[in-house]
Amino acid sequence: MPAIAVSTTINDDTVEFLCQPDETLLDVLRNRLGLMGAKEGCGTGDCGACSAIVDGRVVCSCLVLGAEAEGRTIETIEGMANGNELHPLQRKFIEHAALQCGICTPGFLMAAKALLEVNPDPTETEIRFWLAGNLCRCTGYDKIVRAVQDAAAEMRGETA
Amino acid sequence: MRYERPQTIEDATALMAGAEANAFVLAGGTDLLVRMQSDAFEADLIVDIKAISGFDAITQTEDGFVIGAAVPSAALSEDAALVAAWPGVVEAANLIGSTQIQGRCTIVGNLCNASPAADSVPALVAADARAQIAGPAGTREVAIADVPTGPGKVSLSKGEIIEAVLLPKPEPRTADAYLRFIPRTEMDIAVVGAAVNLSLGDDGTISAARVALGAVAPKVLLVEEAAEALIGSNLDEAALEALAVACSNASNPIDDKRGTVEYRKEVAGVLARRAAQTAYARAGEN
Repeated sequence: MPAIAVSTTINDDTVEFLCQPDETLLDVLRNRLGLMGAKEGCGTGDCGACSAIVDGRVVCSCLVLGAEAEGRTIETIEGMANGNELHPLQRKFIEHAALQCGICTPGFLMAAKALLEVNPDPTETEIRFWLAGNLCRCTGYDKIVRAVQDAAAEMRGETA
Repeated sequence: MRYERPQTIEDATALMAGAEANAFVLAGGTDLLVRMQSDAFEADLIVDIKAISGFDAITQTEDGFVIGAAVPSAALSEDAALVAAWPGVVEAANLIGSTQIQGRCTIVGNLCNASPAADSVPALVAADARAQIAGPAGTREVAIADVPTGPGKVSLSKGEIIEAVLLPKPEPRTADAYLRFIPRTEMDIAVVGAAVNLSLGDDGTISAARVALGAVAPKVLLVEEAAEALIGSNLDEAALEALAVACSNASNPIDDKRGTVEYRKEVAGVLARRAAQTAYARAGEN
């Protein structure tokens, strides 16, 4: 199969890559670009471990073709911290111990980031419904929800 | 496998018409890419329609709304005019999958995937929406209910692509509602889905109604007896009971792990009642 040349923007960098027509964005990120933060849990859009933000919407990168990235703006977990300074969500996930094995964590962080961009003050119910497409088999979700609430409060300028 | 991203609908339909076999349209990909993971699936050609001008737009016209085939479901709830006009259609589309799926999935894809349990389809049928179809022979419009013909099957001819869903401009004091039953809180396939769209006359009685059911037959059902039970009433108990009985009687479901035939028939009536009450309350506020 002839490879497809794709030009896109990932974490504010212009990126060019070649991919096969049936190759997913997740495979491109991990296998061609060395961006290993997005994880493959299910490969069928059920678990959210591969979550990335494409043109402002959080999606499962396993359900996007690499070829579809042409001309788009993509955010991955690798672009979340500002240099050595963690994003408030990343810091609060650590403070609240909102992770154990860590496989689901990049996906949760990307989905939570997308939530707080459209809804800076979500209720617990809104957080739980928004994150329902991200599966965690370790934490039982409570610590994740509390970390998101705490990060949201800090980002709104409220002291915790 | 070949991947093509045509810039015009003419090029897209020509690609689909000229494909030898196994050609698929790609918009949100939330069904197609899952199927591509299966060993049994073979695609020779994928035609990505997202670069075609207007396909990602919701447009308000004199006649109503034109929802392009590549508009993700999440965008429906961000359009205040659409939410005000067709809240039932929007709530149905927003029930499909997770946040991540909402960011990609489309109502045209939901329609063309042709699952009997598709959430947005009963709501579109109740709203009297139409599908605008482009093909090698030109453009045609069909009622939404005429697109699926059975599980996984649609009435489109080779080379045809649904360009948009057309929603009418609602009459004054009109509203719709959609409810589905699933055994968990969210992210599941409907055991039963029920959509009601109704209009109120000057005296507050129901002057027009459309009732549609999902997941209780090989394809979506438009239940005319259920609509007749509502028309002329103030949604009193007798009308609600007649509605529920009509919906239960019209249902012809399967037994599976999500529900038995008997259970689905009962739930169809219960959901139709509740959807009618929601639509009636909304219409009174319009």
